Amino acid sequence: MTAHIKNAQSWGYHAHGAFIILKKNILLYYLKPPVLIFGVLFPVFFFLAFKMGRPIAPENIVPGMVAMAVWFTASAVGPLVTPWERRAKTYERLIATPVSLQAILAGDVLSGLLFGACLSVIPVILGLILTDACIHNMVFLIMGIVLGAISFSSLGVLLAAPPASSPSNIMLLSNLVRLPLLFVSGIFLPIAEMPFWARWVAPASPLSYAGDLIRISFGHEAYFPLWLSPLMLVFFTAVLMWGAYKFHRRWRAKGL
Amino acid sequence: MSGQANIIEVKGLSKTFGKTVAVNQVSFAVRHGELFGFLGPNGAGKTTTVRMLTGVLEPTEGTATIQGHDIRSEALLSRAHLAVVPEEANVYLDLSLWQNIMLMAELHGMGRKQRTHNALELLESLGLADRKHQKARTLSKGLRQRLMLCAALVTEPEILFLDEPTSGLDVQSARLIRRIVQELNTKGLTVFLTTHNMEEAEKMCSRLAIINNGQISAIDSPRRLHSAMRCRQFVEVSFLSEPPPMSELQSLSGVSSLDSAGNTIRLYTEKPGRTAAEIALFAKSKPVEIEHLCTRKPSLEDVFLYFTGQNKKEPAQ
Repeated sequence: MTAHIKNAQSWGYHAHGAFIILKKNILLYYLKPPVLIFGVLFPVFFFLAFKMGRPIAPENIVPGMVAMAVWFTASAVGPLVTPWERRAKTYERLIATPVSLQAILAGDVLSGLLFGACLSVIPVILGLILTDACIHNMVFLIMGIVLGAISFSSLGVLLAAPPASSPSNIMLLSNLVRLPLLFVSGIFLPIAEMPFWARWVAPASPLSYAGDLIRISFGHEAYFPLWLSPLMLVFFTAVLMWGAYKFHRRWRAKGL
Repeated sequence: MSGQANIIEVKGLSKTFGKTVAVNQVSFAVRHGELFGFLGPNGAGKTTTVRMLTGVLEPTEGTATIQGHDIRSEALLSRAHLAVVPEEANVYLDLSLWQNIMLMAELHGMGRKQRTHNALELLESLGLADRKHQKARTLSKGLRQRLMLCAALVTEPEILFLDEPTSGLDVQSARLIRRIVQELNTKGLTVFLTTHNMEEAEKMCSRLAIINNGQISAIDSPRRLHSAMRCRQFVEVSFLSEPPPMSELQSLSGVSSLDSAGNTIRLYTEKPGRTAAEIALFAKSKPVEIEHLCTRKPSLEDVFLYFTGQNKKEPAQ
């Protein structure tokens, strides 16, 4: 028995598998049109639609812009990978390898995390250069971006579970979830200033907590207690990844 | 069935989809180093069985082990011993040939040195060495199938599952794939081959299982499966002049049934040699001249049709 077979159930082997999946996803999916359209162009157009003709100080919209960038970029990769692999007929060989489903999904989540965290640096830099915005607390900014990206990426991977015949069906589903949440998470308007019903809905969205952390990092007032936001993002990540595992496992052989 | 001798052991494996029973209490074993053929008509349960053994589908009932590892409780360990080339699969079109092969090797946890050495060797033997930096998108179907085989073999599997590996391929690619698979089998690789190609199954496989309606109908070596159909052996005869009445031919000793297609008459018998001699004597005593006379054994296709119930009434064609 060779060494790699002996190690097939160790944690190191799972982590290695997740890393290989991440590498594959970077090579194959980061530059796919749906990822670029829904992950990069969408937040730019939303920003323009929000900003143009409104008397808002540019530095006040930088945190929202950063949070929106993390939201769209991190959740754009996950919904594409599995449906694309199913359609391209590569999924069956992938799941027949000695890499666990958990490792495959972890690799997909890492792909979204990396994509979201890297691309969200762009609005941060642009905000710092082009506006009077400045970072007051780097730790909250990193926490907001990283914890936000990992929970949004988990949401994307969960949304990829249904056995759709075409990736566009899953992208449609993901936008049906992502767009409404964008408007109730304090991105365009601080949660405290949102209508009463929206303030009730906001805690159900992981974007509200990531947005709050990013807002704090730029010197704005927190809406949630400081300890709650990181905790809720970890909670959302755990629940979404658990759901992703359950549903991917249930539907993994469908539509092969 | 001893665990030592068998690399795959399947016991009472079933899979249902809703109310449809795709695979029903299937049991068989594959020995180390065997080239095992798995035949069946469309929808018989071949691909479902392969998918359960390769960990893609979870069985509804029953167990199976791959190299002693249970496919449910030790799924990763069982999958670490095998490589699969599924029928409806494809390579990653946007990756180069080299990247495709490396990806599969890395997913199997192969070390860099070993995977590079294996990949170079396989690319050479499958005639893909010159194209290793090309995108897989640029390859024809035959070359993609070769690449898929390369990506499977680079992992040094002990069992190779091949689902219709030569279906729809050009003659050159099909022959090359068969040759490589047979060579590897002689070196000890166990091959589980699913195919519709009877000639391929007969030439390549040491044992065959025939599955029909989710159940195993027959399992044995091609030679023994032929023997099992001794009653389907026949003598083929055609006459230059008007053939004699069928009732007279039917009355020859040992003839169980007969049929005709055009000028050719088939007489089914367990002793074709004796029946052929009787026909020759019969022709001598009558004003008829034999144009053609020969004895035939049923082809594997006849065996297949017989066991899948599609030819139990109709004689072999």
